[in-house]
Amino acid sequence: MARAQVKPGTEASWRLTARRLRADRVAMFSLAVVTVFILMALFAPVIADLTGHGVNSQYSNALTSDGLPRSPSSSFLLGTDDLGRDVLVRIAYGARPALAIGIGASLLAVLLGALTGIAAGFYGGAVDGMVSRLFEIALAIPLLLIAICLASVLSYGPLHVGPFQIHQGVGLIAVLIGLFAWAPVGRVIRGQVRSIRERMYVEASLSLGASSGHTIIVDVLPNVLPQLLVFMTLLIPINILAEASLSYLGIGIQPPQADWGSMIASAQNYYQEAWWFLLCPVLALVTLTMAFSALADSVRDAISPRGSR
Amino acid sequence: MIRLVTLRVLVAVLVVWVVSTIVFLIFYVGPGPGQVVHSLAGRESTPATIADITRRLKLNEPIFVQYVNYIANLAHGNLGYDYYNDEPVSSIVARAIPVTASLILGAVVIWIIVGVSSGVLAARTRRVGIDRLITSIALLFYSVPSFVVGTIAIWLFYFELTTHGLSIFPAPGYVALTTSFIGWFKAMILPWFTLALGFAAAYTRLTRISVLDTVNEPYMLTARAKGISESRLLFHHALRPSWTLLTSQTAVDFVSLFGGAVVVEQVFGLPGLGFTTLRAVQEQDQPVVMGIVLFSTVVVVSVSAAIDILGWWLDPATRAE
Repeated sequence: MARAQVKPGTEASWRLTARRLRADRVAMFSLAVVTVFILMALFAPVIADLTGHGVNSQYSNALTSDGLPRSPSSSFLLGTDDLGRDVLVRIAYGARPALAIGIGASLLAVLLGALTGIAAGFYGGAVDGMVSRLFEIALAIPLLLIAICLASVLSYGPLHVGPFQIHQGVGLIAVLIGLFAWAPVGRVIRGQVRSIRERMYVEASLSLGASSGHTIIVDVLPNVLPQLLVFMTLLIPINILAEASLSYLGIGIQPPQADWGSMIASAQNYYQEAWWFLLCPVLALVTLTMAFSALADSVRDAISPRGSR
Repeated sequence: MIRLVTLRVLVAVLVVWVVSTIVFLIFYVGPGPGQVVHSLAGRESTPATIADITRRLKLNEPIFVQYVNYIANLAHGNLGYDYYNDEPVSSIVARAIPVTASLILGAVVIWIIVGVSSGVLAARTRRVGIDRLITSIALLFYSVPSFVVGTIAIWLFYFELTTHGLSIFPAPGYVALTTSFIGWFKAMILPWFTLALGFAAAYTRLTRISVLDTVNEPYMLTARAKGISESRLLFHHALRPSWTLLTSQTAVDFVSLFGGAVVVEQVFGLPGLGFTTLRAVQEQDQPVVMGIVLFSTVVVVSVSAAIDILGWWLDPATRAE
């Protein structure tokens, strides 16, 4: 079916996308869920203040006489964990690494993918050949194995890279995950830029004497921006799960820092006695990633409706 | 085809070299001057072991000599010795391989059967109840990480069933195939499904879309007009293009499948490559970590190259770049 053609990347097309998203109830609901989690991460200290429980404080009245976690009550709304800490407060603080790494790693991947994809697609030839080999290599490197090596050495002390010291933490994990997610982005962008490169208006711009940098920014970039936005929303839930998996395995965020993945790992030993301890981080993780996934689907559909599928 | 295969093999070799160099940098350069030997030897090292390691790994020589020595050891399949029992890392690897291999092979079978058949079913019942149901279940498994699926599986199928007198599934753990086939099979069912379902979900979506795309192709109309049976139509005509898509996707996914196996081994306490490495990380047994990582890299990279080549062989149309 024919639909009104709006040039991609123009203000009109973004307005159209925004209108479609606003009309999409699933998208609005997911956005609300994501916003709640972002607020929870930002105001985690406020939640800690309201409950009166610090994120790493252990309370003697928080464990049963057998030393087991206590179930939800008026003083601990979501119960306590194996060390007598408030699960609610730790869930709130755990949203921080999840969101910071999920968003940070995706941003890095999209930036790197855009840069390499545009360079390969626009300049072609030797640049294209080199970058394409780089994509293949990056796709074939197993992230988890590198993460295991890093965690193993970092458990002994910081890494020295020239004048810098690298510690295990949010920044390192975000960079690591981002470095392993950029190649698929770059591949797709390369393909798109290659076809844009053949268009008349690019030819015209270059023959009028515009520099390649100018042409890329004015004629190429607006055309790939929607695709980059789709990738950004698509990668966030994937990267949140990657972070949670690393922390679950004990090679991501290290205790005592609050993290959903490591909470699930320790709660696994108590699933028979303390269901809330396992259920809370699982629900938080699944809800956030599903909301981001649904949002990603909606964004993709709003940018390029694929008809009825 | 020959040129393509050679290129693919070269890329595989390059990847192995890149990873082993990264591993070298992390272990031999990362900890900083004077710290490498302490990091490699672990916290409980004695002066004797430190002197031994320094000599064996040529740690007093310039970094370049160490690198050449390291690569030479790798090329000879010499992965070093663990620092607790002085056992060769290669025999630790050999002990873990059957566990990881049973996990991955079983999961691949379930993954492809469940993924493709549910995708086809969803496509054929497009936008009716069954399609909606399959698509939502796929979305669920796609979004829920395998360690959550595994934990819930242990709780429901082992704990709850057993406490209600139905001990169908054994407690998490590994039973060697050589000990008992039935025991092995029972111990592996939950891990197989846990590993497979997340991947299957992605293939459900992929197969569904791919089959839907082919339904309206003219050749499908021709085939149907000729009076070919529905099942033949589906498997010989509609699924043909999906097959290509799936093999190329499988090659990429094998890398993450291995990662998934590490997680599932941890959930179910299966002493495979992943479980053994993670325990070595905890014990700071660096040679074991390094050895298993390098070995796994070689396996993962070769298998994914092999699947790619198999895909080209199966479908000549994909050989053109």
